[in-house]
Amino acid sequence: MFGLIISLLVGKTIKASTFMPVQGSQVAAQVDSLYMFLLVTSAIFCVLVIGGLIYFVLKYRRKSDDDKTAYISHNNFLEFLWSFIPFVLFMIMFGWGWHVFHQMRDFSKDSLEVHAVGQKWFWDFKYKSGKSSAGEFYVPVNTPIKLIMTSKDVLHSFFLPGMRIKQDVIPGRYTALAFTPNKEGTYQVFCTEYCGDQHSSMLAKMKVVSQEEYEQWLQEDASAGLSLVEVGQKVYEQKCAVCHNTNAERKVGPGFAGLYNSERQFADGSSAVADENYIRESILVPGAKVVNGYPPAMPSFQGQLSEDELSGLIEFIKSLK
Amino acid sequence: MASSTHNYLNHEKGLWSWLTTLDHKRIGIMYMITVLLFFAIGGTFAMLLRTELIAPGETIFGAQLYNQAMTFHGAIMVFMVIIPGIPAFIGNFILPLHIGAKDVAFPRLNLLSWYCLIVGAAITFVSLIYHGSDTGWTFYTPYSIETDNGTTWVVLGAFVMGFSSILTGVNFVTTVHKLRCKGMTFFRMPLMVWGLYSTAILQILATPVLGITLLLLAAERILGVGIFDPKLGGDPVLFQHFFWFYSHPAVYIMILPAMGIISELITAFSRKTIFGYRAIAFSSIGIAAVSFFVWGHHMFVSGQSELAGVIFSLLTMLVGVPTAIKTFNWVATLYKGSVQFQSPMLYALGFLFLFTIGGVTGIMLATIGMDVHFHDTYFVVAHFHYVMVGGTLMAIMGGIYYWFPKMFGKMYNELAAQLSFLFIFIGFNVTFFPQFVLGAMGMPRRYFDYLPIYEPLNKISTFGAYMIGFGFLIGLYVIIDGLLKGPKASDNPWGAKTLEWQTASPPPHENFLTEPEVTAGPYEYR
Repeated sequence: MFGLIISLLVGKTIKASTFMPVQGSQVAAQVDSLYMFLLVTSAIFCVLVIGGLIYFVLKYRRKSDDDKTAYISHNNFLEFLWSFIPFVLFMIMFGWGWHVFHQMRDFSKDSLEVHAVGQKWFWDFKYKSGKSSAGEFYVPVNTPIKLIMTSKDVLHSFFLPGMRIKQDVIPGRYTALAFTPNKEGTYQVFCTEYCGDQHSSMLAKMKVVSQEEYEQWLQEDASAGLSLVEVGQKVYEQKCAVCHNTNAERKVGPGFAGLYNSERQFADGSSAVADENYIRESILVPGAKVVNGYPPAMPSFQGQLSEDELSGLIEFIKSLK
Repeated sequence: MASSTHNYLNHEKGLWSWLTTLDHKRIGIMYMITVLLFFAIGGTFAMLLRTELIAPGETIFGAQLYNQAMTFHGAIMVFMVIIPGIPAFIGNFILPLHIGAKDVAFPRLNLLSWYCLIVGAAITFVSLIYHGSDTGWTFYTPYSIETDNGTTWVVLGAFVMGFSSILTGVNFVTTVHKLRCKGMTFFRMPLMVWGLYSTAILQILATPVLGITLLLLAAERILGVGIFDPKLGGDPVLFQHFFWFYSHPAVYIMILPAMGIISELITAFSRKTIFGYRAIAFSSIGIAAVSFFVWGHHMFVSGQSELAGVIFSLLTMLVGVPTAIKTFNWVATLYKGSVQFQSPMLYALGFLFLFTIGGVTGIMLATIGMDVHFHDTYFVVAHFHYVMVGGTLMAIMGGIYYWFPKMFGKMYNELAAQLSFLFIFIGFNVTFFPQFVLGAMGMPRRYFDYLPIYEPLNKISTFGAYMIGFGFLIGLYVIIDGLLKGPKASDNPWGAKTLEWQTASPPPHENFLTEPEVTAGPYEYR
């Protein structure tokens, strides 16, 4: 009966492979085949050990207090067998894993290169054409992509579950990821190296689109036709929303609603009114005035925002009442 | 041997006699109290974490508190519960009894090791005044350098606690070599002693590396020396190499003595000699030896070279072989035995069940192409808990119930103990099995908040955690009730063959009234 339960469990576990995220590349399909092999081998092993265990304890349960047990000390052939068979299986798993890993690390020379920069707590992307984006980036389908990555502050890790790949992102040096997406769609990006308070909010989206759509996106000026407040709102969503609410409620930093023209009390005891110059200074040189009761956690955005984006952001904050 | 009224518990009286005792049994009991206390604190943090994760978004506390609770849960459970849990607590009590010695080789060092743990733990808790620490128990740089709170205190606390581990290791190696009674050859030692011996070697060789690493990290925070901080030209990945060079052997410091306890329990409750004594003994040493060469499997995606990753994957596979040998030998021991299902045996069987799942998922993670997807997801969290809780903690619980009559001369309520096991075992699987699936689905670990698709499985997991919590509350009742009202236990209630059962329960001050002499192996059930 227990064997039945186990085989049901195993059946469930095999179905669970459908819990793997959508397969976005050839390598992802290879990882999933490896996963199936590991899962089935493991399940057989578990059934053997746990099934044998349950069979033995039920069959040889104590019948009376003066049961005599067999004196069996060892059996060298069995020891050899249950060392050698697992060893061979482990070597197959190792070899297969190596093969798959090697495909993941295959950086072809004609890759489309995209730079990614991690920073508490968002991702920035830069293309060779000069196009840049935050929180979201586009790549063309069926094209080898190389992500060249670094970090502005602490360790992060770039995880693309749909491609079954991840790579730590390290300040002071470059690391890289290679993949060739073969299915259009939107893919989730996670940060998988703990990086502080809002680690779990350090998300991004990757859009895999057709070549034409990709080129069109590359050409378009994201802020064309937008009002100043709308430009500011866009910047807010990409870079500020992780730490600041649009209402007055505290997140990591203060909420933005009602901030403009309010009286700010600072850690050193001084105070000032939050005018345009104060907000500008807070974005570019955040350490200059730290509001009382908050940690000096805000990073500087010096050099990361254009003059238009900065004005837009200030107008957006002013618009929040 | 008639049980005398004189024993180690009433040999001296008063709190001071305990705080200055050199008796390994009393020091073992002091470790028991501290470890169980820390376990209660670490467990409370676990309940809070799971409660926060019952739904996406903020439920009971914000991101900052969650990260601090996560750090304290990890640091307390690893440094104050699992590492001292078996060697310093159960091992301290049992090892000299197992080899027929009066005490350990260096009783004063033994007492000092307990004070190291207490002082280290106190320093760790001082950090709470400075808003705790939010780095996770792994203290990865450069985050751990720049985070603005009590991390320095936690790191220094772990450094001091390391000495507790080193002193215990030195003591046990010497004790095993020098203090075995007449006729106790190496191959007549109980397998528990082999487990503790291999652990002691690891404690001596690996813990100093952690000590130096943590000291460097503290120096980096206080003085800004620039070893790990990239802003000063340091290498943050170097920290990971140093850290795992200790912390990988450390997981064997946690599991090897647990495997020792399981060998004792399986033989005692199937009344049968162990199958493959030498295979189990040598596989302990084998695991200890290989464990020093596998640390890089924690760093497959850290940016180390592809070649390094592949070599570490290969070496990690080799750990699987001696581990499989042990598991098969334990199952084979049950063959034609006379199996009884008292609570210690239930924990041993629970160990085999959970450790097997923990083991095969460990092999999956060692497979480098697979690990890249699973790395830093809940798959790793589930695997780690299957081996550390399903493995080590199950063994600690089994060991407590098995040696409880020897330690206190009293029996506990068997029915309540079995009920407690049932809640813990089922609750454990309900908590952690769904986390394998969450990991496959890609849910990263150390996430205070998660995407809505992960919600149903997280709810199940939190429900399971409450079951475990309830199970441990019953366990607490069993222990307190047994201590206060337990009926008197006989010298050998389980009919086991190892030496500790040949003396009185509880044992006299110097363990044996007459020095024992051994003429046969430890499991002569004929």
